[in-house]
Amino acid sequence: MGYDKRLDGRKFDETRPIEAKVGVIKNADGSGWFRIGKSTAYAAVYGPKNLYPKFLANPKRGVLRCHYNMMPFSGMGNRVRPGTNRRAKEISMVTANALLPILDLSDFPNSVVDVYIELPETDAGSRCAGICAASLALADAGFLMKDLACSVAVGKVDDKVVVDLDYAEEAYECDAGVADIPLCIFPQSKKISLLQMDGILSPESLKEAMEAGMIAAEKIYDIQKAALKAKYEGD
Amino acid sequence: MGNILVKEKQIVVPGEILAKGMDYLPGIGTYREGENIHAARVGLTYIDGRALKLIPLAGKYQPKKGDTIIAKVKDIMFSGWSCTTNSAYQAMMNVKDATSEFIPRGADLSQIYQIGDYVVGKIVTVTSQKLIDLSMKGPGLRRLHGGRIVYVTPSKVPRIIGKKGSMVSMIKQATGCKIIVGQNGMIWLSGEEPKNVLLAVKTIEMIESKAHISGLTDIIKQWLEKETGQKIIPKGDENGL
Repeated sequence: MGYDKRLDGRKFDETRPIEAKVGVIKNADGSGWFRIGKSTAYAAVYGPKNLYPKFLANPKRGVLRCHYNMMPFSGMGNRVRPGTNRRAKEISMVTANALLPILDLSDFPNSVVDVYIELPETDAGSRCAGICAASLALADAGFLMKDLACSVAVGKVDDKVVVDLDYAEEAYECDAGVADIPLCIFPQSKKISLLQMDGILSPESLKEAMEAGMIAAEKIYDIQKAALKAKYEGD
Repeated sequence: MGNILVKEKQIVVPGEILAKGMDYLPGIGTYREGENIHAARVGLTYIDGRALKLIPLAGKYQPKKGDTIIAKVKDIMFSGWSCTTNSAYQAMMNVKDATSEFIPRGADLSQIYQIGDYVVGKIVTVTSQKLIDLSMKGPGLRRLHGGRIVYVTPSKVPRIIGKKGSMVSMIKQATGCKIIVGQNGMIWLSGEEPKNVLLAVKTIEMIESKAHISGLTDIIKQWLEKETGQKIIPKGDENGL
């Protein structure tokens, strides 16, 4: 008995349906919306602006600050307590680190760029959705970026390598266990800026999973590209 | 052999490959990675001979020496005024650059510019750390009385001014408003008729949303003629001041 068929009927290398949009928040300097299956992320970029307290400032380049926030009603089970927690703090940090390699903030010394990522609906893969939305928002705000960040989770359920796990799959009970690997990939340079893992996986499966992630990232890039162009080609 | 993959005035997104091979050169807003030239921001392509450039479609104002901007006095310091510039940085306006009049030592600076005043000033210097010096000495540089301020994306300011100020002078002519366009994306409007001021604001918003379309002056001209019901004969204006 293996994992023959995915719980929601997808193919093993298929992501959930993806939608993306930019310019969804009028008052922000740039904004993005990214939805993968039932995980939705809004990202709003404010800045560059003055950074207080001053000791956080970097005189050589701007500072990127990310704020990951799951809304109280967003979870699958209990109400998420509002405000920050250790998980949100950690994800905010890895999001900023995932985005920084492509972002050029050397034109904005001593300033800060704030990225607020809000998740009204989550069904696993929320940090990936957040990174995709944030990268759209930063591009929409007109920053110099080498690439777009395309983030997707890959993993292994029982004996099968799968792309884009949902919550039911993450919680799937089986003998071999589940491995969940959030990835952030820059599709042009094929570089990876986020690689986390939860679970147990053989080196061969990890390689296979990452190759599947590369293909999914390119698909995400095309959707992000279309979303950014749609803002200007509407009329 | 190099070949170009984009057309002139095409919208591109970060990472998109613009050209292959070594025949083309990466210009502003692009970068070379191996054989390919990629876009480094959301922008419109602009092919200048062998160089590929991108015209930005969004982004905060980057202070530049010689720009005429509209600033708001935020604070009064020992030797001048600190002003907000619609960028990430504040501008300093020194007493000696503030007016052509003589200001005695120890004078009450709030008598000259009060906190909250809007001024049209010229950027004299910008350092590498983005310390900005603002000067009020020059033609057309003054404090603004009354009127209203609208904000636009700074990268779209050239479209609002138009070629040799053709666009802004057309709006001035059609609405009878006084308009000052700051390079930092702040625009000051003042007029007798509130109806006309609103029309001017609406026109500016329209230009901003259609800034990437070519032949915009004609579209705006037709629209203004329809709204005001009068014929507009365009005439040149040097700098939009």
